[in-house]
Amino acid sequence: MMTDNWIEIGTINDIPRQGARVVRRKEGDIAVFRTNEDKIFALRDKCPHKGGPLSQGLVHDNKVTCPLHNWNISLDTGLAVAPDEGCAARYPIKLEGEKIFLSLVAK
Amino acid sequence: MKERLVVIGNGMAGIRTLEELLKVAPDAYDITVFGAELYCNYNRIMLSPVLAGEKTIDDIILNDDQWYADNNITLHKGKAISQIDRIKRRVIAEDGSEETYDRLLIATGSRPFIIPVPGHDLDGVVSFRDIHDVDQMLDAASKHKHAVVIGGGLLGLEAANGLMEQGMSVTIVHLMDSLMERQLDSAAAEMLKNSLQERGLNFLMQAQTEAIIGKERVEKIRFKDGTEIYADLVVMAVGIRPNFELAKNAGIHCERGIVVNDTMQTFDPRVYSVGECVQHRGLTYGLVAPLFEMAKVCANHLAQYGIGRYEGSVTSTKLKVTGIDLFSAGDFTGNEHTDELVFQDASRGVYRKLVVQDNRIKGVVMYGNTLDGSWYFDLMRDETDISDMRENILFGQAHLGDSGHGGEENRVAAMSDDAEICGCNGVSKGDIVKAINEKKLFTLDDVRAHTKASSSCGSCTGLVEALLAYTVGGDHSVAPHLKPVCGCTDLSHDELRKAIVEQQLKSIPATMQALNWKKADGCPKCRMALNYYLLCAWPAEYKDASQSRFINERAHANIQKDGTYSVIPRMWGGGTTPSELRVIADVAEKYNVTTVHVTGGQRIGLYGLKKEQLPKIWKELGQAGLVSGHAYGKAMRTVKTCVGKEWCRFGTQDSTHMGVELEKLTWASWTPHKFKLAVSGCPRNCAEATIKDFGVVCVDSGYELHIGGNGGVKVRATDYLCNVSTEEEVKEYCAAFMQLYREDAHYLDRTAPWLERVGLTYIKEKILEDEDGRKALAERFLLAQKHAQVDPWQERVEGAEQHEFVPLKEING
Ligand code: SRM
Ligand SMILES: Cc1cc2nc3c(=O)[nH]c(=O)nc-3n(C[C@H](O)[C@H](O)[C@H](O)COP(=O)(O)OP(=O)(O)OC[C@H]3O[C@@H](n4cnc5c(N)ncnc54)[C@H](O)[C@@H]3O)c2cc1C
Ligand code: SF4
Ligand code: FES
Repeated sequence: MMTDNWIEIGTINDIPRQGARVVRRKEGDIAVFRTNEDKIFALRDKCPHKGGPLSQGLVHDNKVTCPLHNWNISLDTGLAVAPDEGCAARYPIKLEGEKIFLSLVAK
Repeated sequence: MKERLVVIGNGMAGIRTLEELLKVAPDAYDITVFGAELYCNYNRIMLSPVLAGEKTIDDIILNDDQWYADNNITLHKGKAISQIDRIKRRVIAEDGSEETYDRLLIATGSRPFIIPVPGHDLDGVVSFRDIHDVDQMLDAASKHKHAVVIGGGLLGLEAANGLMEQGMSVTIVHLMDSLMERQLDSAAAEMLKNSLQERGLNFLMQAQTEAIIGKERVEKIRFKDGTEIYADLVVMAVGIRPNFELAKNAGIHCERGIVVNDTMQTFDPRVYSVGECVQHRGLTYGLVAPLFEMAKVCANHLAQYGIGRYEGSVTSTKLKVTGIDLFSAGDFTGNEHTDELVFQDASRGVYRKLVVQDNRIKGVVMYGNTLDGSWYFDLMRDETDISDMRENILFGQAHLGDSGHGGEENRVAAMSDDAEICGCNGVSKGDIVKAINEKKLFTLDDVRAHTKASSSCGSCTGLVEALLAYTVGGDHSVAPHLKPVCGCTDLSHDELRKAIVEQQLKSIPATMQALNWKKADGCPKCRMALNYYLLCAWPAEYKDASQSRFINERAHANIQKDGTYSVIPRMWGGGTTPSELRVIADVAEKYNVTTVHVTGGQRIGLYGLKKEQLPKIWKELGQAGLVSGHAYGKAMRTVKTCVGKEWCRFGTQDSTHMGVELEKLTWASWTPHKFKLAVSGCPRNCAEATIKDFGVVCVDSGYELHIGGNGGVKVRATDYLCNVSTEEEVKEYCAAFMQLYREDAHYLDRTAPWLERVGLTYIKEKILEDEDGRKALAERFLLAQKHAQVDPWQERVEGAEQHEFVPLKEING
């Protein structure tokens, strides 16, 4: 088993509340979300429906609404909200003080 | 320890309340349900199709044993409660067992009324209320021949039809001279009776039953006039009585039903009641739509949210006899203050009558083709002013020109299962019907949530509603009187807009807090609407909430299916210059634009751009004087023009110049939905001004102004507003009209549906008849424009919202 390899990616203030920013990688972008209550989540920036960039969606509660066809994806599980079905990969993410750390080992 | 909730009555209203409660507060209570019947909760409405052999009991179970188990609900089937002890807060069942409660919900429904004539207790005399009754009827049908149904109302006719389908010879006995007299006028009732007779039912009108005769089992019925007819089965369907003895014996205040307030509480605040057993504001109900509304409110209070209020319902009825289309709602008899609009085509078997008072629909009766029933019902419920459609209203809501699913001949019933209903999400009729049946859906929202049908562009909403009516039968529609903005609030759009102004609410969080939003964070629907309403109300002060805007508006470019963006610079009035074209060409080459497309809005679109490139591209375009085209927002889009008098041999005015002036006036204005304009140089109308939100047609004497048109999903030609003679007037009227729309319409209503809702007369009053009002509107528009007309591209070039356009971090390797 690999251990989480934490990478510092910025501070919580870099992301607007109810918003998201992207961590760019060759293997595909990761969307980092910040909710209204300052919780942070990381998902593959690819909607399970047709690949829409979730980072560009509207964040509400612990969900994001995909900008392309309005699927709702739960930020904590990566699962699409019924009746839609599908899952976006999750990445471990943590906050230490204001700093955000991300692990690239998808769950 | 959790509080204990006991429910008496395992029927439609009680269990619906539990479903609503579980949705909002799944762990609030330990729940126990007592039901007198031996079955799980089933769809009582569907007993008619079961009797007619179109469905089985299994088909109509709404919640099976597993559902109760999954939700930790203790269900006692076949156990009637005989006493409520409010002092010790317990209920006592007929078998002596007890259960204590912290809160109690009484949902005991109604009892069928049995006329107490001699012989009413003989074998073979049944009512039509539950599965047991249907079993008895089916049993009788398999052994006997002659059935008599007493009562020519909805239930009686459905019972008679079912028994006939089961092979019995059926006579309907009715006290009045006209069938369904509570729902139908005599003309429609006569048409109904004729078609039922053609199908083989017999009628005895104005007949009063005197006695039911037989030794053990019924053999005959005798009437007051002495005539007798044979009967092996007698179904009494003469009405229902709210079932409230249990509550009354417990000292709970009852009149014609259990009296409840707007929060569905009885006089004992621990005891709630919903369904047919209640009396609310003096009324009792016998259809499911109001019960479902009650259930929602009751659940809200049981969950201790304390915001919903039930304010009564307007109901409509349909008869569930396959092949007979009948619809009725409201007051259809009228009085000296009302007018009747009647359309009758006897040979096609079509009849419709609208009762109208002060240009508002008060009642509807339809027979034959009832596809427009829900439209009339909406007009009635919303109290829409129909003066502008009075001439044509009886012909129905013209479906002409709905793109995506053909015309009005698409009667849902005749459609094949694979017929596509929702063109956006690719949902077929079969998918929808299956979901309605399997998932037990009753409302448009349910269908949207489960199938996605009608959840995108909405043009198939009418078809989905028709499918619901056809599949579920009866009153599927539970849309409350005024539709709330979304699930996060009970306020309607108008109430919300009013509250924002009156209570001086100036931010989304402040509004949500002051108006008791159910979810602190709202949802995309209400956040986008709120952002617009606040911006419209406080143009100078409001700070735009970009995180509550759709990406196209937030980034000022249009997102494409592959996550790239398009950029469409403004071309004033559709005109451009060689140097602008040169810059566009240069940018397209430099940034490897994949597609350059001439848009339907007379300008040029560059497609396939990456988000990070946008500020750079804007900068280059901006240096050449090109500004944002707002090709992406709920905002003023384009002004299309033709070449007009300057070149065209028919041109009467300088339409191009007029168009440029209008675009300079209106660009960057945020609107409830997108807003498009056009100016044509003469009535040949090459710029298609009569399908725009605001259209100008130049004529020799000046300008004709047209409003409320659009292409798109449902093409609507404009309504003519007025003629004016100068460019300045065109601008003033345009500004006033746009401001009225901005201040008045519901978010996501284009001008066409807004205009149809408020009426052309209203708009004319505001714009034409009230000169001061018009000038004030135009002034408010100009004030808003002062704050809005900032080129958003330039702002971003200068560094605004930078976080949008650069990644948080790049990780290589
Ligand atoms: C770019 C353009 C097509 C083109 O390449 O020519 C276009 C593209 C889109 N239209 Fe359109 N419409 C375009 C002219 C039209 C026209 C023609 C016109 O304006 O004369 C119409 C019919 C006229 C009308 O609106 O009255 C039109 C009726 C629609 C509708 C249906 C509106 C309705 O009220 O029924 C939608 C859906 C919506 O807005 O909800 C829509 C939505 C869209 C969206 C924004 C869909 C979306 O949300 O992503 C499309 C973006 C495509 C993309 O990937 O960039 N588009 N769209 C045209 C831009 C014109 C411009 O310069 O701004
Ligand atoms: C044949 C038929 C067709 C209909 N068609 C339509 C239609 O097309 N459209 C429409 O809108 N409506 C229709 N209705 C009416 C609709 O079914 C009722 O309005 C609805 O079922 C009422 O719900 P409720 O929960 O108030 O009562 P019910 O569904 O009757 O539930 C009450 C339950 O409480 C139980 N109960 C009563 N007393 C006790 C007690 N002391 N202890 C324990 N349990 C008790 C009863 O056994 C019953 O199961 C139809 C009704 C019938 C019978
Ligand atoms: S551009 Fe318009 S018509 Fe074409 S696919 Fe997109 S929304 Fe549909
Ligand atoms: S790609 Fe996300 S909803 Fe379609």
